[in-house]
Amino acid sequence: MNTDIINSLKLMGMGMGAIFLVITVIYLAVHLMLRLTGGKKDEPDTGRR
Amino acid sequence: MAVMWVIGGTLVYLAISKKLEPPLLLPMGFGAILVNLPLSGALDQNLPGIGEVTGIIDWLFKVGIGASEAMPLLLFIGIGAMIDFGPLLSNPRLLLFGAAAQFGIFATVTIAVLLGFDLKDAASIGIIGAADGPTSILVSQVLKSKYIGPIAVAAYSYMALVPIIQPFAIRLCTTEKERKIRMKYNPKGVSRLTRILFPIITTVIAGLVAPASIALVGFLMFGNLIRECGVLGSLSDTAQKDLVNLITLLLGITIAASMKAELFVSLDTMKIMGLGLMAFVFDTVAGMSFAKLINLFLKEKVNPMVGAAGISAFPMSSRVIQKMGLEADPHNHLLMHAVGANVSGQIASVIAGGVIIGLMSGLM
Repeated sequence: MNTDIINSLKLMGMGMGAIFLVITVIYLAVHLMLRLTGGKKDEPDTGRR
Repeated sequence: MAVMWVIGGTLVYLAISKKLEPPLLLPMGFGAILVNLPLSGALDQNLPGIGEVTGIIDWLFKVGIGASEAMPLLLFIGIGAMIDFGPLLSNPRLLLFGAAAQFGIFATVTIAVLLGFDLKDAASIGIIGAADGPTSILVSQVLKSKYIGPIAVAAYSYMALVPIIQPFAIRLCTTEKERKIRMKYNPKGVSRLTRILFPIITTVIAGLVAPASIALVGFLMFGNLIRECGVLGSLSDTAQKDLVNLITLLLGITIAASMKAELFVSLDTMKIMGLGLMAFVFDTVAGMSFAKLINLFLKEKVNPMVGAAGISAFPMSSRVIQKMGLEADPHNHLLMHAVGANVSGQIASVIAGGVIIGLMSGLM
């Protein structure tokens, strides 16, 4: 099989793996933050900050 | 050259008449005409008796995109300042849909290779599936693809066509019953501290796990931090309006430097347009398939259309999902879920861009 095709499949596997890894770690961090801050809302979102 | 005038004119027509991404397509269309006039002074020239003369469009390209990818990166500060991650933070599970909907990028890379593109160009074409113009421009520039012009045109055109592409793909892959699935919206409160920590923590995590994505993620999150910190209201306003307008104004016409007839008018351009469309369809299908997969394990089902919003085209995609939800069931309001998945797609697409740059250096 052509080297580029093999490399494109490697890119797919490693790329999707890396994206899911980063996103999963961010998800866990957000989950932790929400727990630590007790999910309480300090102020309404006015849209302009 | 005449073909490029027609293409330029068509882009201007689509921007004005059909309102398809006017801020980008109009400058790109006008620029395409500008750089394809005989002996165009907008481009670098070697004039007899005078020597090398620098053209403004070539100069803008070299400085703004070629040298440091400054223009697309600066645009991310404005985009970050515009995004409210609240709906995502109140339901962080939606983050996963953004990741799943990046599959179209990689599927398209493989198909592009099968069509005869080398891996570097194929990866640049695949990133059209990031559904994010600045990311497409940046990745194709870093990978030194010769197709940056067609890639930018495809990326922005298909983003504008999301309201047509996504309903087609969604109807193809979902049943009426699935589109009617209602989702409760019980947002958790999101504290100001969480909103401030989110951009910082996301930057650190992306930097540690996928270092090549740090410029993209970092600038996006920097913009968001300016928005969320609460003490830089004026800078936030400037980033959201003036900075974005200024960069957008110049980015479109600068991209025209890569729309010279000898580079643009080819069969490859047609292939790239077709592959770009495929990327958007694959993204949509992957997002929905992921939603269906996790539904196997959930008590409260996710409407598969929310998975389709994991594509980064923000906010068009979430509006499409809301509209389709209401079409299926007039009381089915999916907007906030779709917005959460949609902003997650924005994060995942810039991570995807960085990941591709990082992995390609090892594969080439």
